[in-house]
Amino acid sequence: MTLPLYGTASLSAGFRSDKARSVIRLRAVESRAEGHAADFAVARTPNEILRAMDADWSSIFVVSDDSINVPGTFNGRLIAVPQKYTYLADGDVLGFDHSSRKFRTLFRRNSAHNSFLVTERCNNYCLMCSQPPKDVDDRWILREIKEALPLIDPATGALTFTGGETLSDWEDFIAVLKECRDRLPATAIQVLTNGRAFANSEIVDAWKDIRHPKLMAAIPVYAAVDHLHDHVVQAKGAFDETILGILKLKDRGQRVEIRVVLHALTAPIVEDTGQWIARNLPFVDHVALMGLENTGFAIANDAMLWMDPMDYADGLARAVDHLSAAGVNVSIYNLPKCVLPKSVWPHAVQSISDWKNDFVDECNRCDEKSTCSGFFTTGRPRFSRGVRAITSSRHELTPAV
Amino acid sequence: MSFLRLPSAPWPQTKKTPDKTGRSNMARFLAPEAFSAATETLSLLPFNLKRTGTNQYLVANLVGDFVRLTEDELNRLIDLQIQPGDGLYEKAYSAHLITGTNQNAQRQLLALRLRSRMSFLRQVTPLHIFVVTLRCEHSCPYCQVSRQSTDRSRFDMSEETAMRSLDIAFASPSSRIKIEFQGGEPLLNFPLIRTIVSEAKERSVSLGKKVDFVIASNLALLDDVVLEFCKLNDVLLSTSLDGPADLHNKNRPRPGGNSHELATRGIRRAKEVLGPDRVGALMTTTEASLDRVDDIIDEYLQMDLDGIFLRPLSPFGFAVKTKQYQKYDAKKWLAFYERGLRRILEINRQGRPFREFYAALILTRMLSDRPIGYVDLRSPAGTGLGALVYNYDGNVFASDEGRMLAETGDNAFKLGHVGQDSYQSLILSDKLIGAISSSLTQCAPECSTCVYESHCGADPVYHHATQGDALGIKPLSAFCARQKGIMGLLLDILENSPGDAAVLRRWAAP
Repeated sequence: MTLPLYGTASLSAGFRSDKARSVIRLRAVESRAEGHAADFAVARTPNEILRAMDADWSSIFVVSDDSINVPGTFNGRLIAVPQKYTYLADGDVLGFDHSSRKFRTLFRRNSAHNSFLVTERCNNYCLMCSQPPKDVDDRWILREIKEALPLIDPATGALTFTGGETLSDWEDFIAVLKECRDRLPATAIQVLTNGRAFANSEIVDAWKDIRHPKLMAAIPVYAAVDHLHDHVVQAKGAFDETILGILKLKDRGQRVEIRVVLHALTAPIVEDTGQWIARNLPFVDHVALMGLENTGFAIANDAMLWMDPMDYADGLARAVDHLSAAGVNVSIYNLPKCVLPKSVWPHAVQSISDWKNDFVDECNRCDEKSTCSGFFTTGRPRFSRGVRAITSSRHELTPAV
Repeated sequence: MSFLRLPSAPWPQTKKTPDKTGRSNMARFLAPEAFSAATETLSLLPFNLKRTGTNQYLVANLVGDFVRLTEDELNRLIDLQIQPGDGLYEKAYSAHLITGTNQNAQRQLLALRLRSRMSFLRQVTPLHIFVVTLRCEHSCPYCQVSRQSTDRSRFDMSEETAMRSLDIAFASPSSRIKIEFQGGEPLLNFPLIRTIVSEAKERSVSLGKKVDFVIASNLALLDDVVLEFCKLNDVLLSTSLDGPADLHNKNRPRPGGNSHELATRGIRRAKEVLGPDRVGALMTTTEASLDRVDDIIDEYLQMDLDGIFLRPLSPFGFAVKTKQYQKYDAKKWLAFYERGLRRILEINRQGRPFREFYAALILTRMLSDRPIGYVDLRSPAGTGLGALVYNYDGNVFASDEGRMLAETGDNAFKLGHVGQDSYQSLILSDKLIGAISSSLTQCAPECSTCVYESHCGADPVYHHATQGDALGIKPLSAFCARQKGIMGLLLDILENSPGDAAVLRRWAAP
């Protein structure tokens, strides 16, 4: 099921009124880690609340549906959230709005899929956008990320920055990435961007100067032909800028992933696109061929975009062959194994973020479930007619058409 | 219990979602036509073409990506009577035949790829061939240079010449050089090989230039001492294997008539002692080979070699004198090559990986932009820029074939002598610059407009030898006919035989 990453606290107290928002970090009551002004002891029972007070915690975060009974002797900061946020745990980081009591989970230490939304603004308007752009002043988000970075466990394996177009305020955003270089040098940092900004040499030079050892720009390319790509991203001239941006990044030795989202406009030509990337951009570090997440604009444009993966699986397999033959590291994201030819299973990875990933009952009988991507839970999930449990007895069967 | 539910069959259609305002969401999005370039803003990019049928053209872009066009498509393309959505626009755009006049990416991609393809030029003179002796105990009729003699003083390289040659080799700007020992039979002067290897290794350390070694030998004289030396110094062995015993011994006579036995024994021993990938074999095609390609390939399979280089006979040295060369023409050789290639593909289909190395080189040119400095497949030519040959007597040649020409009295590719010359004076000699600049395929008649130009190469020595002119008239050139023939064949397989095409693509894989 989908993990709730947004919500409203049932109670809050002790926050100063001169500041509208706070970034806070949760700590186990008995945590011995070095303290920070943003730290809250997380308590789930009345007993834990008392233990936190005994341990001199001045900030307490309660996860419970019961009415909260905090002794009158406590005069620190207090937040209480309902039981459905019980996943929150030691090391997690939240943004909290004082007056509305609304909060967002920014970072979950136990997850391999942490991502920061940088902005909702974008100069593309992709037909299948899962995060439809809004033209609003949301620069506070970057400020909040800056505040959150010092609270993040430096042992974090991977962190993604997403949007909107992450480079909308490129100077501020690159400053954040430099902060990541200093505080999280061992963390793989992935930035989702449409790459158009990199057509500007000033921006790509600034990017190069970040020098984070594990920084990767993940850039979508939907076709080998300008107008086909431009139509998908609803921006004339985008293809030229995006390709130029990729070339400039690689010219400066930067790591680049190309992402191809598969739907009725891109999937029928995926073999051509894959062959074109293999021939023209074989020096990119990774190519991800991605099943569609049926949410946001993808729902609105369903009639234009939906294509059963069974109907493009063969072309997808040939695209994988072209890329592999050229020595390009290629993966398939977001598509369950049962809709893919067996030849490309080694490329199919568990790509869907844990908080929006699940399986269907059919999967419980499947031999491959433990290594399968499963499905998105977001938006309005769409299922291929090819979704069937893979069992030893089924190997000989051809999928139903 | 899963949160998600598979719908029960029949699979339902998704309902359209009206937006809160009641108007269709689609109104916010623009139709495909809104992103089409107007025809007048298009420009053609450079391409070459060749008519392949009454109505068919093969077209290659600036870096040699191929597309097929009909005559009508070609005419519409050239007149820019094309528009997004008509199919031809998409074909031409993805093949870099057109660009939006104000776009940058198409041209930048071509420039980048061209730069990559030509970057073999950054490794200047990586190969240095030391002819440590001209003496040989074989008497092959196709051999260009060898002497059957016991006169060491006359046909062996002196230590002084060897040291001067090393000075020149280490003066080449390449960060990594390869020293190849040739002959004659180089093992007849094994003591000098020892001296050169030991000295080169010392210089490699002091000058910070990596050095690799190869001995090109018939292996007849291979013994444990030589093998131990090769093992200790990471020396590769390269030998000749012309096919089964009767053919090999006919091509490569020696006293005792046991060349084949000694060569195959040598290959086996070398694989055992040095490792399976430390010995390679080359074959030379003679008239007697022409209807034996299956036997020849089987011989290589039996020797457990991972591939074969189907090589034509070169028109040099004794090969011309003994009229060997004229005995068959390019057409016969191509038929031999095609039969061999198809047999090799069949072997691969049966599950045994086995390559034809010349095809692998051409395919790497055709399917990737990795720089290949192989001598037949580069322009500017590899003569001198790719290799220098230090002859036993101290004369320096621009290529191995160049010294073979000199053995028959033609000094066109003799660049100088180690006694008087330096790396600079040899590489900047008028002779070398003249041969290279006059043979560039990029601007030669026939070559510059050839659909295969991106993948081909200049061969000034060959054309000088056969036509007395470094450029040559290409319609008369067997080199040209062979190159076009092989590339046409490979293209045909790539386009029309998916199974074999997959094998060929693997040969070109990095």
